[in-house]
Amino acid sequence: MTWLTGNWPQVLELLVGHLVLTVPAVGLSVLLALPLGRLAWRLPRVGGPLLAAATLLYAVPALPLLIVIPVLIGTPLRSSATMIAALTVYGVALLVRSVVDGFGAVDRGVRDAAVAVGHSPTGMLWRVDLPLALPVILAGVRVVTVSTVGLVTIGALIGVPSLGSLLTDGFQRGIVAEVVTGVVVTVALALILDAALVLAGKALTPWAARRARGPVVVSR
Amino acid sequence: MIEFEHVAKHYPDGTVAVRDFSLTVPSHRCVVLLGSSGSGKTTLLRMVNRMVDPTGGRVLIDDADVRDSDPVALRRSIGYVLQSGGLLPHRTVADNVATVPLLTGATRRAARSRALELLGRVGLDESLAQRYPAQLSGGQQQRVGVARALAADPNILLMDEPFGAVDPLVRRELQDELLRLQSDLGKTILFVTHDVDEAFRLGDEVIVLRPQAEIAQRGTSVEILAQPADDFVRGFIGADRGRRSLRLATSGGRQVAVDLEGHAVGILE
Ligand SMILES: Nc1ncnc2c1ncn2[C@@H]1O[C@H](COP(=O)(O)OP(=O)(O)OP(=O)(O)O)[C@@H](O)[C@H]1O
Ligand SMILES: [Mg+2]
Repeated sequence: MTWLTGNWPQVLELLVGHLVLTVPAVGLSVLLALPLGRLAWRLPRVGGPLLAAATLLYAVPALPLLIVIPVLIGTPLRSSATMIAALTVYGVALLVRSVVDGFGAVDRGVRDAAVAVGHSPTGMLWRVDLPLALPVILAGVRVVTVSTVGLVTIGALIGVPSLGSLLTDGFQRGIVAEVVTGVVVTVALALILDAALVLAGKALTPWAARRARGPVVVSR
Repeated sequence: MIEFEHVAKHYPDGTVAVRDFSLTVPSHRCVVLLGSSGSGKTTLLRMVNRMVDPTGGRVLIDDADVRDSDPVALRRSIGYVLQSGGLLPHRTVADNVATVPLLTGATRRAARSRALELLGRVGLDESLAQRYPAQLSGGQQQRVGVARALAADPNILLMDEPFGAVDPLVRRELQDELLRLQSDLGKTILFVTHDVDEAFRLGDEVIVLRPQAEIAQRGTSVEILAQPADDFVRGFIGADRGRRSLRLATSGGRQVAVDLEGHAVGILE
């Protein structure tokens, strides 16, 4: 506790740094996974190999990935850009499957009816498929968010500051309080972001909450 | 006017849903397709809005082959009440009714007031407008389906067993409303049902279908009842079991129509 009282400005700064890595990585993952997942769902021939590739990608260890990425996209080795790119790779790999599952979970009868009353292919995507797939996709985004918050700490090993810096620094200098603070704040951050996503999900899918509730008013 | 010219539908698995079907549905008329399950009624209906493309023959709307029209624009111009209701579960009742106006770029305000007007027309209270379909009873959902089909003020209405999922009383009420709507609006209606009474009540013309959409008989309810074409039709409308036979009894100086078991069904004026 005494360590924290003396160092909270630094913790706060690292917390902000942590968010600055997490939020863009999750955002980019969603932006990339949506079209990829849509494609995989529309064309199962492409989808099968794509999902297999995603699984393989997720299995690549973090440190080699952090070295390969600068080579591939030209970002500096010890930069937040490299870190965000690596996190996005993992995020997309996890999320593509949720997107495919989400679209797959949309009721066929509902899709058929929507087409029959005049939705265009674009209209189907934005007005029918995405909203109805949202609960499943959002479940995936929650997993990706929590896992990204954890993965960001690894950045400390290549010198990208985050709450993970508390862990490396604490270990090196043998300050237990610093390590504990790092762990606790990281976990708390993950829980808070997760709760925020749950709330956002409720706000975005009002029909799910109201299912079959309230008295049925007889008409006229 | 809708014309079916020798349409056929063969599915790749070998199923023949429609063998060779021709029919003209005159403008401002209600024609009912009456047939048992699997006789190809839904298939025929969906050929009109290109949800099914025939494998033979063609469908014309006002002399234009539907195959030459853009399917999305075509579907928006035709009101379709689906067999299963087919409301979008994530849209409020008002938004469901306003589906086509919203798709064709009406302002939210205009779409909303149109939706409320239509809810009134099909006998639903405005207070239901902000509910979701899952919060409605089956009969209310079917009314919403009818309101949605009317929203863009289409000339043509396709109605696929629209009152299937409700009890006989509500069904009769919905039929009354449709008859009232039809006398107001004069749409060209192609109506599908397997309920003989419903077909006779609503149809200016009734088409009795055998499997593979073969026409067993066509005519007004009076014609079909008076002269069933064959045993199939007789069986389908229940004439063979005496269900359609009435006789007159006199009681208190009035003539009462009774069925063969002696139950009163009405009074002769
Ligand atoms: N996609 C399909 N592939 C193969 N056969 C099909 C397909 N769709 C429909 N059929 C078949 O075509 C026939 C006609 O089906 P249709 O849905 O038109 O019948 P229906 O008269 O509407 O029946 P119901 O009263 O039960 O709704 C049925 O035998 C059905 O099994
Ligand atoms: Mg059917």
